[in-house]
Amino acid sequence: MSLFNFFKRRGSAPVARDRLQILLAHERTTQGSSDLLIVLREEILATIGRHVEIDPDRVNVQLERGAKVSTLEVDIEIPNTVRTPPNSGRRKRAPSVAHRTA
Amino acid sequence: MAKVVVVTSGKGGVGKTTSTAALGAALAQIGQNVVIVDFDVGLRNLDLVMGAERRVVYDFINVTQGIAKLPQALIRDKRLDRLALLAASQTRDKDALTEEGVQRVIGSLRQMFDWVICDSPAGIERGATLAMRYADTAIIVTNPEVSSVRDSDRIIGILDAKTLKAERGERVDKHLLITRYDQARAARGEMLNIDDVLEILSTPLLGIVPDSEEVLRASNLGSPVTLNNPNSGPARAYFDAARRLMGEDIEMTIPTDKQGLFGKLFGRRAA
Repeated sequence: MSLFNFFKRRGSAPVARDRLQILLAHERTTQGSSDLLIVLREEILATIGRHVEIDPDRVNVQLERGAKVSTLEVDIEIPNTVRTPPNSGRRKRAPSVAHRTA
Repeated sequence: MAKVVVVTSGKGGVGKTTSTAALGAALAQIGQNVVIVDFDVGLRNLDLVMGAERRVVYDFINVTQGIAKLPQALIRDKRLDRLALLAASQTRDKDALTEEGVQRVIGSLRQMFDWVICDSPAGIERGATLAMRYADTAIIVTNPEVSSVRDSDRIIGILDAKTLKAERGERVDKHLLITRYDQARAARGEMLNIDDVLEILSTPLLGIVPDSEEVLRASNLGSPVTLNNPNSGPARAYFDAARRLMGEDIEMTIPTDKQGLFGKLFGRRAA
């Protein structure tokens, strides 16, 4: 390692600290109480499930927790008709839900 | 009045058992009557770290089930007559330990000792919550590493919710014990430093135990590090922590292993 690199290099500890601060800010707000994003996910699935049959294997839910904004992406395959097999269904993208954390 | 202390962490392998042994011995070495209690049902190790593994006849669960009387199950340390050990059971049935049983035994130990130090199992399951249930004080053992800090944060939340004190609207006195600290790496920004950990966990610091080969040497020999090498860095850190537990105001330092000229010349194998 050259002398220049030695001075330029920053340790990995600041990255660790920042990652922990973002993560724990989330975990502290959700501990004990139910997580808003999880509640939303369940309610969105239940609402759609009332109208069409959802194959649990064909539901893709992604969660991205950020410092200020988190996004919930719910991707559900909805069959065109109830009788057709699930793999012939058209993919429909459910709205992404974003919410601001306190 | 006796103090019940739980040594906890959430994460495994951070030094709960080592710290329980070292703090228990340190308190006994400075004149306190101490019992250390292993709560890790099925995976007991405090007896091994204390060098008492061949002297366990009865365990915690035997006492709660009335098979043995408490004084029969207490193992007096051969080196320190003020220190006793209550071993965990090796049964695979984790439900063998009941809340009522724990309450009864802790209540009796309170009458017999100045300090009851409970070595919690890792995790956040029943064993861990039972170990903290009747605690007045909690020592959260943390390594300066992301997963350990996260789990400590989790366990702090549980201490504020699931202990008897918390349910009564009181607070468990919480202290952070940072172990395996490498000051040189922290100074180079390669390891979370003390201020980072304190800022994230916002819990008062009980002590900083340096990363040292003396800790492994002591456990190899079945002796708490404060007995095995009282002048080593970790031993001095544990003595300071023990005095702080007793309410003494001691300046926070990171004790290092002192090496004489001989040790410096011939490396650490010299010992």
